[in-house]
Amino acid sequence: MTVTDETQTREAPELEIGRARFRKEDERLITGRSRFTDNMQLPGMLHLAMVRSPFAHATITSIDTDAAKAAPGVIAVVTGEDIKDIQGVNANAWPITTDQVTPTHLPVVIDHVACAGEIVAVIAARTEAQARDAIELVDVDYEELPAVLDSKEALKDEVLAHPDLGTNKSAFWQLDSAAQGSGGDVEEAIAKARTDGVVIEREFRQQRLIPAFMEPRSTVVDPTGDQLTVWSATQVPHILRFLIAATTGLPESKLRVVAPDVGGGFGGKLQTTPEEFATIAVARRLGKPCKYTETRSESLLSGHHGRDQWQKLTLSAEKDGTVTGLKVELIADLGAYVAVIGGGIPVLGAWMFNAIYKFPAYQFNCQTVLTNKAWVDAYRGAGRPEATFGIERMMDELAAEVGVDPLEIREQNWITHEEFPFTTVAGMTYDSGNYEAATAKAKELFGYDALRAEQARRRADKDPVQLGIGVSTFTEMCGLAPSRILGSLNYGAGGWEHASIRMLPTGKVEVITGSSAHGQGHHTAWSQIVADRLGVAFEDVEVLHGDTAIAPKGMDTYGSRSLVVGGEAVVRAADKVIEKAKVIAAHLLEASADDLEFSGGRFGVKGTDRGLAIGEVALATFAAHNLPDGVEPSLDSDATYDPVNFSFPHGTHLCAMEVDTETGATSMRSYACVDDVGVIVNPLLVEGQIHGGLVQGISQALWEGAEYDENGTLVTGSFVDYTLPTAADTISFVTDTTVSPSTTNTLGTKGVGEAGTIAATPAVVNAIIDALRPLGIHDIQMPCTPERVWQAIQSASTPPEGEREAAPHFDERAPNQDPPGGSITEGGAQ
Amino acid sequence: MTRITVTVDGVEYFDEVEPRMLLVQYLRESLGKVGTVIGCDTSNCGACTVHLDGRSVKSCNVLAVQADGHEVTTIEGLAANGSLHPMQTAFHETHALQCGYCTPGMIMQACDLLKDNPDPSEQEIREGLEGNLCRCTGYHNIVRAVQQAAGAMREGVAS
Repeated sequence: MTVTDETQTREAPELEIGRARFRKEDERLITGRSRFTDNMQLPGMLHLAMVRSPFAHATITSIDTDAAKAAPGVIAVVTGEDIKDIQGVNANAWPITTDQVTPTHLPVVIDHVACAGEIVAVIAARTEAQARDAIELVDVDYEELPAVLDSKEALKDEVLAHPDLGTNKSAFWQLDSAAQGSGGDVEEAIAKARTDGVVIEREFRQQRLIPAFMEPRSTVVDPTGDQLTVWSATQVPHILRFLIAATTGLPESKLRVVAPDVGGGFGGKLQTTPEEFATIAVARRLGKPCKYTETRSESLLSGHHGRDQWQKLTLSAEKDGTVTGLKVELIADLGAYVAVIGGGIPVLGAWMFNAIYKFPAYQFNCQTVLTNKAWVDAYRGAGRPEATFGIERMMDELAAEVGVDPLEIREQNWITHEEFPFTTVAGMTYDSGNYEAATAKAKELFGYDALRAEQARRRADKDPVQLGIGVSTFTEMCGLAPSRILGSLNYGAGGWEHASIRMLPTGKVEVITGSSAHGQGHHTAWSQIVADRLGVAFEDVEVLHGDTAIAPKGMDTYGSRSLVVGGEAVVRAADKVIEKAKVIAAHLLEASADDLEFSGGRFGVKGTDRGLAIGEVALATFAAHNLPDGVEPSLDSDATYDPVNFSFPHGTHLCAMEVDTETGATSMRSYACVDDVGVIVNPLLVEGQIHGGLVQGISQALWEGAEYDENGTLVTGSFVDYTLPTAADTISFVTDTTVSPSTTNTLGTKGVGEAGTIAATPAVVNAIIDALRPLGIHDIQMPCTPERVWQAIQSASTPPEGEREAAPHFDERAPNQDPPGGSITEGGAQ
Repeated sequence: MTRITVTVDGVEYFDEVEPRMLLVQYLRESLGKVGTVIGCDTSNCGACTVHLDGRSVKSCNVLAVQADGHEVTTIEGLAANGSLHPMQTAFHETHALQCGYCTPGMIMQACDLLKDNPDPSEQEIREGLEGNLCRCTGYHNIVRAVQQAAGAMREGVAS
């Protein structure tokens, strides 16, 4: 049985890159032969269950484990005290300032709980059911402490998330274009605009989200002798291996980490988790294989969350709408701990708020703050969706203020295609792009002019269901990242990627990649790249990854980096194979290497019909009977590639929303987007990434939000309450692409994994606001539930033309959106 | 412990199970049928969907003892005689899966949907899959897959 269609077999001259190849990964996944971590059973394996704190903030005065230890099937009950010397810590790898306040994050707490769901004890039993049964039998005495749950409250330092630290303020980070010499003084620009220009001031809320990958996290640890093998549902096996070694003292050489089939991540599995470290510690202590698999409720409660910012934005412009300055002031809620790159996520927005627009002056300020909630880290887009939302909402506000179409104000201010490469006011150099082309194509696919005409008719007719059109002309920076830049930002590692190619004597090719796929389709795409590069059949390429014993070097998969960094490493390894093979081929053909040309997988002697296929060279190299003197019998090659720049995909997303002004109900009428992700290796995979990304972005706008009550209990702790969209909530999308090849990698590719998510959220919210703007509404807090939309309509007044307030400011008596914690559906912590 | 007799993917099993054991736990832990996966604990996600006497059920919502005397088909028993089911082929060819975690349940539910309605509209497909969550695909290509499979299966019946 095979999933490779006969009609798909390779026709010799056609290039693989650009073909909509069906995925090599699919067969085991559609037939139930998947290898997810929880599917593993090892002989003698014990099952773990976690005793978790129900309190958001407490000290632990005692833990009585006797009853649990006596329960049927229970082998051990382990507390933080029991494993304090071996459990390691969940480290922060990116202190954004040298004086960042960083609480110690123990996997199993000992005496202080800083958020609900922290692990207090671990039960090991013969079966999962027995382990869970014993949770109730562990008697923990807590002394509850006041919890701080709101980030603005936390900044007052009246209630402390970690009393021993003396403050909730973790770090303050600033980028100022005047100070760094990349632009003018933003305060001057704003002051000037206040007298003879336009100033738009808004405060936006980026609600807290939960990545909600479909596969709950699972870890299996097998301590065999002095070696430890860890299988885990992780995006980052290499980073995990390093951080286990770095914080537990286990020698890195004794550790093998495997990420088998991983069921989605979206940043949510870019972490070293307390559960992984607890499982390792208990397996070591007991000397037995152990497995821990979380329930969905545990996943939502104790996996890291994303977003959670307040954004205070001030945009200055000339009266005609030409932008002159942008000032960004963020409060970023990190939750109870500074997660592995938690502090750095909001800072990634520093280079993205200015987006595709030519701001002459810019300032970005970010204050990170600790609260007694789950820690926050990467979630699809990680810092860039927040920034894109802020600027794309502001550009719509500017258009409304100036009285022009939102696309017109963008075109007036964006970087034109002739201006690339373009160094922005934030100091980033965008290599290539064509915003005009993507926008023109998107407008056509969307039927922009016809929809605007319909909107005008329905406004005139006072249709109770109004039509809104939302625009998002986004760019993002991805392909993380040049190591030197990461070093300058105090990040704890590099941003390179590694690849190896092994030429097997039978003509098959093994590609080993340091990228760690969890649904993206790397097997297929890497096979296409190598097939073209080496001139071998797509079917003859095998891709190996996600096991530190097989792929020993890597920086893993996140930040839309796999293709632009990892794919480039594959290209470079392939080129080294060709260089090695050329020497041997020349020897075998009794020709000078300079007289050989490599094409279609064959070394030919120029001007003759003599030649050798690369597979023949591989076999001759394996036999090693007749090699040039001093040439080693191997074609295998490695490459470690450090990118020279970030990757800057962009696109134009257009969304039409129907908004019922009587009920607040919204429904998506149509969504069209044109993304420019550079050269496309496999259009099928690109479309899939866009579709999935779109729905996550749309979902932030309309449905999702992690809510805590006033005690710090997560009230959206199951899929009943954390509302992921279903097939019935979503529509089919119109997607297309334009191609501006990247100039910073060989294939001309750009990242695509996060594009849809980054672009979609402001497109949807802009559409809803666009529908309601005649009512005087210019913001609705996300998620824009029917209730919030209805409330906004109810509280809106429509002042007569001419009396409209030009630019609402930060006046508490005149909020421009829902006050924090003020709406009926919202928990006190938000 | 309760004695049960269940036919799973064409094989008859005799087992003793705890009365509280869920069908999905029985499939995974007792029979090693780990192709059927668990995605939530509130029967929202549908990742564990199997067929019980030919109709889709969420196997986290059925006790193993309730399957006594019945026939269960999982994703592992869907392909017949070495050939993929048209729904499996359609998921592959339309790129209707990425991480693949929801896929077993999604395919089993989609088959059940077509049993009721061999020629569904897009909206009927979307509503028919409402009990199955996917976080990767945005559902766009899953809808395409069900449309393709429906076409292929109607053709198969017609020929």
